[in-house]
Amino acid sequence: MTEETKPFEPVIIGFTCNWCSYRAADMAGTARMKYAPNIRLIRLMCSGRLDPTFVFKAFAGGADAVLISGCHPGDCHYVEQNYKAMRRFQLMKRVLAQLGIESGRLKLLWASAAEGAIFAAEINKFVEEVRALGPLNWSQPGEQVSTPIMEEVTA
Amino acid sequence: MTERIGVYICHCGTNIAGVVNVADVSKWAGEKLADQGVVISRDYKFMCSSLGQELIQKDIKEQKLTRVVVAACSPHLHEKTFRNACKGAGLNPYLCELVSIREQDSWVHTDKAAATAKAKAIVSGGVARVIHQEALEPLLVPIHPDTLVVGGGIAGIQAALEIADAGFRVYLVEREPSIGGHMAQFDKTFPTLDCSACILTPKMVDVGNHPNITLLTWSEVQKVDGYVGNFAVTIKKKPRYIKTEDCTGCGICWEKCPKKVLDNVFEAGMGNRKAVYVPFPQAVPKYPVIDDVNCTYYLKGTCKACEKFCPTNAIDFNQKAEEITVQVGNIILATGYDLFDARRIPQYGYGRLANVFTNLEFERICNAAGPTGGNIVLRDGKTAPKTVGIVHCVGSRDKNYNAYCSAICCMQSLKFAHLVRERTGAEVYNFYIDIRTPSKGYEEFYQRLLEEGTRFVRGKVAEVTNVARIPEEEGKLIIQVEDTLIGKQRRIPVDMVILSSGMQARHDSKDVAKLFGISCSADAWYIERHPKLDPVATMTDGVYIAGCAQGPKDIPASVVQGAAAAARILGKIQQKEIALEPVRATINQDQCSGCRICNNLCPFNAILFHEDKMVSEVNPALCQGCGTCVAACPAGAISGTGFSNEQILSQIDGLLLLNISKTAVPVEQ
Repeated sequence: MTEETKPFEPVIIGFTCNWCSYRAADMAGTARMKYAPNIRLIRLMCSGRLDPTFVFKAFAGGADAVLISGCHPGDCHYVEQNYKAMRRFQLMKRVLAQLGIESGRLKLLWASAAEGAIFAAEINKFVEEVRALGPLNWSQPGEQVSTPIMEEVTA
Repeated sequence: MTERIGVYICHCGTNIAGVVNVADVSKWAGEKLADQGVVISRDYKFMCSSLGQELIQKDIKEQKLTRVVVAACSPHLHEKTFRNACKGAGLNPYLCELVSIREQDSWVHTDKAAATAKAKAIVSGGVARVIHQEALEPLLVPIHPDTLVVGGGIAGIQAALEIADAGFRVYLVEREPSIGGHMAQFDKTFPTLDCSACILTPKMVDVGNHPNITLLTWSEVQKVDGYVGNFAVTIKKKPRYIKTEDCTGCGICWEKCPKKVLDNVFEAGMGNRKAVYVPFPQAVPKYPVIDDVNCTYYLKGTCKACEKFCPTNAIDFNQKAEEITVQVGNIILATGYDLFDARRIPQYGYGRLANVFTNLEFERICNAAGPTGGNIVLRDGKTAPKTVGIVHCVGSRDKNYNAYCSAICCMQSLKFAHLVRERTGAEVYNFYIDIRTPSKGYEEFYQRLLEEGTRFVRGKVAEVTNVARIPEEEGKLIIQVEDTLIGKQRRIPVDMVILSSGMQARHDSKDVAKLFGISCSADAWYIERHPKLDPVATMTDGVYIAGCAQGPKDIPASVVQGAAAAARILGKIQQKEIALEPVRATINQDQCSGCRICNNLCPFNAILFHEDKMVSEVNPALCQGCGTCVAACPAGAISGTGFSNEQILSQIDGLLLLNISKTAVPVEQ
């Protein structure tokens, strides 16, 4: 297979919380649910621990997309810290847009410990979405940022 | 690089090795990660076996390893195993990292090459992370020997008695005037047909008399501070308007009280009580309560009949609510369930058609101590029904209401059918979706009912109506149902309909969960730590759950959970100390600017602000280690032990294989 015909395989870094979404990943495993191997997970204690630096570091380091996952709103093991993750997610999307990165490369997913099937299905969906976006190409210095992205910034 | 790292790849039989080329991963890690400090990399059939653990321990000693990475199953399974193995060989257990290449790799991927490549990335991430791990010691905190039990139903009663009998103090808080819960309202228990009150009330009396139990009825928990071993719980004692030290429970006050009130709680709206009342004759404690919403004195300022007749002057109209704070080490929540409101299914006619009853109403009708003296009669109070229809799964197993099975309704409906036939000889129809009789003696009871001639119609009832189509239906309630066994629509006229309403989480269970820092499922039941292996603990250390608050269940299952929660707590009390995971936030006071952003983020109030030094500090005993403050600190002054920025950032590098080469090299897939 030549380089051109090989389908693009995105590399995705996923952040999970110790109590819900990591256990959802465990549940997907125990139930042998299949999903695309493009994602590599990191366990945090809580989605509230997610420092935006982690996300930007992953993009800077070559990840094509980043997944943030945690407990459903109202189900946080630490009462309400996933709401902080939710707010940071909105901020990060804007910052990414300003950097010229499609907001579709950052995904927020709530998954309870029982939702292995949802976790697996959402990863598959996300991998296909990112595959459609193609590899992450950093805009070069001086390059004009395309209009739709600017609209998103000013929106 | 000064660290000496050992990497261990587990085959897990064929669980991992069947998909991931473990030998390749092991060889790769030994070569490519050597400049990271990996001095040895091995693969082995079962790392968690004692031989596998000994392998690691031997290497730690002989190769002088300072870090260990095990690539195997989920840390939720074997993290403790490998940490203990390291500890056994003299390596601090927190210098060992377990990364999952089973649940997150071999079990979820089929492409062997891609799975092997992913395993390499995962191992690389683990190696990059473990370099930055620190030696940690668990935090030891003392455990207060007293326990709080919330909810005085059968689960709470059982838990309180188990702990008190073992010699430790229990505070039992109940918001109603008496303990007993739903079980006190029932007439008979299935499948043995024991009299519910006869088996419950001795336990209630034991609770009331127990020297180790402080019974706080007509009380509610207001506030919970602290953490496992050291909770401070504020309890509001609502005013009874009765001086309990003087009251003898003689009953003259409620005999003389002129005000009748519909009893919606204990009698489920089927009977009356007085404005000063005990919910039922065997109530524990025996002291009545004056209902200040309905009492004539509080409405009009006069009456005081109870005060006039009380032989011991125990009435005190000026009593005020009182707040007390108790110190406890552990908490059991046994707050029970609410009945599904059958009015939500209008086509069943409850609340509109007089002779449609709920299961709780029927329990009261059946009960010899109930409003009808145990006579099974229609709403008019005198006519005995000749035909009775019992509708199963009302509000349960129905995606419009509750998708889950309420677990008790089948057996309860069978019990009703038996009681109706025994006492009135009426014809009984059971309308069921499936009959579920999974516990000891239950299936036998069902067989007995079949032999007794109770009729069973398999089908979900569409409608209960009083609109007759033929003369035989006049004056009757007609049950419209598809009999799925004969494949036909049927209309069955009956005199009385009993709706087996399912169980629901308490209307305020989410608030209560929040108060105690535990989680609820989507249906608002409290979530246990593990559905199979840890059914009474919660994710919050020191808070346990028992009975129907955890999910629908019958009396024996509630008793089992109450006893199990008590046993768990007794074990903790005996240890006198508890080791907390040292995953905590710490603030570098030299870097803290005193901005106080972190102060409001902490849901556990673990961050204190020192006004004098203008810096914040984390109380390690209160901190639960979520790390939200770490992520929020604009000065980077807070570090999260066990999940530090260096550890996570390095793990990202490792997963992207940036630690191997300066340029980003995607793993070949």
